[in-house]
Amino acid sequence: MIADLAHFSIGPDYWWVVLIKGVIVLGFLATAAAYLTLAERKVSAHIQLRIGPNRVGPFGLLQPAADAVKLLFKENTAPAGRDKLLFWLAPALMAGAAILAYAVIPLSGTTNVNGYALHWNMAHVNVALLYVLAITALGVYAIFLGGWAANNKYSLLGALRSSAQLISYEMAVAFALIGVVILAHSLDLEEIVNAQQHAWFIVMQPLAGLLYFVGALAETNRLPFDLPEAETELIAGYHTEYSSMRFGFYFLGEYVNMVTVCSLATALFLGGWLPLIPWIHSDWLGGLVGVMWFLGKASILLFLMMWIRWTLPRLRYDRLMNLGWKVLLPLGLLNIVITGSVVAARAAS
Amino acid sequence: MFKEIAKGMAFTLKQMLSKPITLQWPEEQKPSPPRHRGRHILHRYDNGLEKCIGCELCAAACPVGCIYVGSAENDPAHPVSPGERYAERYEINLMRCIYCGYCAEACPTEAITLGPRYELADYRRERLVATKEDLLEAWPGFEKSLADNPRGAGADQREQAGRAPGVSPRVAWEDREGAVGQAGRGSPAAGQEGLAPHVPTVATPPKRNPG
Repeated sequence: MIADLAHFSIGPDYWWVVLIKGVIVLGFLATAAAYLTLAERKVSAHIQLRIGPNRVGPFGLLQPAADAVKLLFKENTAPAGRDKLLFWLAPALMAGAAILAYAVIPLSGTTNVNGYALHWNMAHVNVALLYVLAITALGVYAIFLGGWAANNKYSLLGALRSSAQLISYEMAVAFALIGVVILAHSLDLEEIVNAQQHAWFIVMQPLAGLLYFVGALAETNRLPFDLPEAETELIAGYHTEYSSMRFGFYFLGEYVNMVTVCSLATALFLGGWLPLIPWIHSDWLGGLVGVMWFLGKASILLFLMMWIRWTLPRLRYDRLMNLGWKVLLPLGLLNIVITGSVVAARAAS
Repeated sequence: MFKEIAKGMAFTLKQMLSKPITLQWPEEQKPSPPRHRGRHILHRYDNGLEKCIGCELCAAACPVGCIYVGSAENDPAHPVSPGERYAERYEINLMRCIYCGYCAEACPTEAITLGPRYELADYRRERLVATKEDLLEAWPGFEKSLADNPRGAGADQREQAGRAPGVSPRVAWEDREGAVGQAGRGSPAAGQEGLAPHVPTVATPPKRNPG
């Protein structure tokens, strides 16, 4: 019976392998999100010639734990006129959608462990890219429902802006990714990374890389595209009325989203786990080293996002829309046309 | 556009790599500037006599009336100050003081100056009335204790009677209050009973310029 259960599989994997991976991914994302807040505060502090949190633990390293405890124990206030179900559901949706998206991102190449093909993602899906785009699009519901349910004008304005912004930039992001898909002949993230053995796609698709990164900034509501929050105008935008762990879930979702888009950018444009210095890639250790390469590249992108946040001011709303529809979208189309033409021409010759 | 963005990014990166200017108070202390107008100091002559002659010109000059001077006749055999009179009591309400320095300007003997000390916050209003004991320059050994800890705050109050070097007047006040018993701490009603006789309370501010 137990032996039977152990061999019950979900897709190509045993259920317990998926479970273990799920626990690891969840733990990793929660920790990463927590420490990204610390990193963000440290980076911002040093950009502003300050030191940043350094009171809790050595170098402030336990600050995220203190923050988590604080968030858990704070009073969970809620406005009287809220939509009860949606107000409760929206933060969960935000964090849930953000975490779900990470299920398909391969942290390393498939590793052979005693004849068992170990995939370094939770679910080995052959349309992973499509899945990520679909799931991250759910985040806009979380923001909009949260803004709507709170029954607050600032929340609603933030939510409206966010919907418009996310929809506009999702188009640009999707178009940017089509160039990559054309070159890799696949929507499977692992195959896309493997297609970069000779040259990273950022070299072959610099325009798409730039478009994706700008779009990713907008999709994660990071400065200079943080219109949904816009502290100076909207207090905190869609999560104005949220407090305690509900706010914590929005925060978690936002930072997990950052990890997701940076990981995706790493897989799509920076060669994923492919090392800069060649490394034999067949054994267990090779797989782990691949994870290190992947996370290292993603960290650089995360740092870049923070660096940009603390440098550039917020765009005005109409300019944001102009940039999305009149610049990024046409450039994305142009990229598709050029890539397609080149690929077709090479196939014909 | 790209040029400007690159310029901005380069600037912030440069800032990030340069040394933070944060001063980690209270572990790190910034010395007060030489002419800092912090809490007052009552000075002595080199022979230990107090410079203050109890003339009350400081109290008269004070725009907010926060200084109370109670003067007394000097005993010619054992003078406290070189003049006829000396300040038996000298109290400054630091909550009211605006640190203008008029008292120092008015003083004919340069007995009072404004010192380097600036950490003056407290939880009890009574403790913010500085007494003569708090204000008076220590003697002898003032130079030596200053060398032990030259960081300004409290440096004017070394080696007062019954105090270890570096203990602030506030701690000393708490020690005095502690003699009354733990029940006195924190409750204003009980605290007033526990006040040392020479510590004036806020409820009865010293009269300005008597006579």
